[in-house]
Amino acid sequence: MPNLVPLLADSSSNLLAARNQMGFTLGFHIVLASFGVAFPAMMLIAEWRGRKRNDEAALRLARNWSKAVAVLFAVGAVTGTVLSFEFGLLWPRFMDRFGDAFGIAFAIEGIFFFLEAIFIAIYIYGWDRLSPRAHMWAAVPIVISGVGGAFSVIAANAWMNQPQGFTLDSSGNVTDVKPLDVLFTNATGYEFFHMLLAAYMVTGFILASIYAVGMLRGRRDAYHRAGLLIPLTVAAIATPIQLFVGDTAARAVADDQPSKFAGMECIYHGGPDQTEYLGGRCVDGKVKGGIGIPGLDSFLVGFSKNTDVTGLNQIPANEQPPALTMLHLSFDTMVGVGTLLFLLAVWFAIAWWRGRDLPATRWFLRAVAVSGVAAVVALESGWIVTEVGRQPWIVYKVMRTSEAVTPAQGIWWVFAFTMLLYIGLFTTAALILRALARRWREGRPQDGELPYSPPAGEPASEGST
Amino acid sequence: MSKADVCAVILWIGVTLYAIFGGADFGAGVWDLLAGSGERADRVREQIDRSIGAVWEANHVWLIFVLVVLWTAFSTAFAAIMTTLYIPLALAALGIVLRGSGFAFRHALPGRLQPPATRVFGAASVLTPFFMGTVVGAIASGDVPAGGDGDPTGSWTGFLPLVTGALFVLVAAYTAAVFLVRDSGAVGNRELRAYFERRALVAAVIAGVAAVVGVIALHADARYVYDGLTSWPGIALVIISGVCGLAALGLLVSGRNYGLRVAAVGAGAAVIWGYFAAVFPYILPTSLTISGAAGASATLTEVIIVFGVAAVTVIPSLALLYFLSQRQALESYSATSDVTSPRQ
Repeated sequence: MPNLVPLLADSSSNLLAARNQMGFTLGFHIVLASFGVAFPAMMLIAEWRGRKRNDEAALRLARNWSKAVAVLFAVGAVTGTVLSFEFGLLWPRFMDRFGDAFGIAFAIEGIFFFLEAIFIAIYIYGWDRLSPRAHMWAAVPIVISGVGGAFSVIAANAWMNQPQGFTLDSSGNVTDVKPLDVLFTNATGYEFFHMLLAAYMVTGFILASIYAVGMLRGRRDAYHRAGLLIPLTVAAIATPIQLFVGDTAARAVADDQPSKFAGMECIYHGGPDQTEYLGGRCVDGKVKGGIGIPGLDSFLVGFSKNTDVTGLNQIPANEQPPALTMLHLSFDTMVGVGTLLFLLAVWFAIAWWRGRDLPATRWFLRAVAVSGVAAVVALESGWIVTEVGRQPWIVYKVMRTSEAVTPAQGIWWVFAFTMLLYIGLFTTAALILRALARRWREGRPQDGELPYSPPAGEPASEGST
Repeated sequence: MSKADVCAVILWIGVTLYAIFGGADFGAGVWDLLAGSGERADRVREQIDRSIGAVWEANHVWLIFVLVVLWTAFSTAFAAIMTTLYIPLALAALGIVLRGSGFAFRHALPGRLQPPATRVFGAASVLTPFFMGTVVGAIASGDVPAGGDGDPTGSWTGFLPLVTGALFVLVAAYTAAVFLVRDSGAVGNRELRAYFERRALVAAVIAGVAAVVGVIALHADARYVYDGLTSWPGIALVIISGVCGLAALGLLVSGRNYGLRVAAVGAGAAVIWGYFAAVFPYILPTSLTISGAAGASATLTEVIIVFGVAAVTVIPSLALLYFLSQRQALESYSATSDVTSPRQ
């Protein structure tokens, strides 16, 4: 990647280390956060269906899912805490200057995070002790908090992409802040809906894929069927909307952040009649190896072949995003995988509309089985596009990432250690969820039930009930 | 009172709640680590799980609250602390990851992996409050310059920071023991109540000694804070703390539950507010004042409004959680495979 070389040469290795550290921990957290946002909704749907239709399998799903929610929320809470520290540890100059603008959305997020943590505890620990109605109501604040929390965090990110609502004094410090302008930038709307739908898609397809694997192994009972149908239906509803929102977002990025758009579409020379390249490497001022469709890029941006699109030649060299090939391929991967998931949703919808059932072929289950990993790939790709595409800025056109980074040494070591730690964390969490699933299947959910509950199999505590 | 002062009070409310409730969860981890092995240790850990299981996650959010209010309302102070004390802060963050995952994982892991997860939970519960204590001690000793980039090693390895770190662990352990005395007493478990009572007393005595050492360290390394704590209004809060501490001790010895937690919590909270009163108007004594660190005026207003919203949404929800948890309405959930016949 030739674009990486000047990056290494221009700035200290600290910047790259800090970006890697932030990127890795965020890339990890974004998956857990997606589960935190969308999983409780699936759980509530399952419980509601279970109670309303007296569907024993759905109710059992809701109960089991709530334990998975607990594990994932616990890990997500700690990885989210790490990010709060990292804002200051890795980007102290940014926080120093812009904390009072950047923090506005996070202050709101704090409330949602609190409510989510509180009501998850009430929900999980209240299965047998609260009335069915009270128990279902306890899930409602979790679902709302998930949406509100996603909005707040995305509003902060949108502000970094489209900073507004503040004035700078002569020394570059923020003086006058307009909180509503900070919260609602041009980018807030499309970024928020894009991420919210992504969270529901990732959670829906991953859950569905787990039960699809089970069904492929011959476990075709009501439990697995409900476990596949509920999340897959949610994901299948989200996917077509996502295609529309994503398309809108890409057009908006072309307007709002021409350098990001030129990078992700690999447009070297601005002007009308731009070719849309599918795949390919961005080297030596042109795209090599991709499939070019003449005029399509201009058409997608402005519904006309004559639409003028900004190219990298119109952007100063020191304001161009790095790692163009990675950026371009990430964007194409996101769009490509999203389109495939859309086709899967259509397949499911047609079959359901015709026969009120899943498509009979095993190929459908196989497709669902890989959809979970595919959705995560799309999520990570999209996140790379928005974050790497914003570079070299931490606050678009206001502050460079290199100005924000800490001078502290040793970040590469921290990064290496963090990778080991997180891989360990991920492996353990995956092992636990697998072990839980096996226990549920074997019908012995008693031993070591909930990740953080009193050990099961005990008398229900001395004296009570 | 200026808007910046109000935000400082809000910050300090968060600090207080995290120190007491989050601290008690760490303290429970300390006792978990020291429980050893065997049949009684299992019952001790069971009680610890029962006491903190439903609430530790919510208590942890106070830390996020503190960080967010600090960087939003007082971003200069946040940056100064982060660029000076990044080593203990990174270690505290590591401790938070290990504590949380260790606790969340320990029962769900296959049998042979449970003991290591338990030890990770316990060890991280000691290290995290210790490193947070060194951060507070370094701030108190005035080793965090307003512009940041202070001495990354010397600032938090002096006498006062290390004593403060130890004091944090001891006070957390003491608070946790008091909570566990109450919780095991509430379910009528005399044996465990006596077990935690002994530990609460030992922790109280050691913490008292450490507090005296801490005062000497304050006198030597943080004269401004020492003077603030020995003059009005700081001295009043120190006295309240002492009275509460002795009252808690008396209640423990006489085997009474009533008022025990209030007294123990009061002793801790009074010291935390005594510190606030002592260093006022500084946020970083004596390099940066509250008003000097404060962010844009509209942002401060937003923080105050958000806190108001939190007070009417989060506080009642937390109260509900504590209420259900204390009433045993939420504990000991263990699903049977047959959901139509929940146990008990």
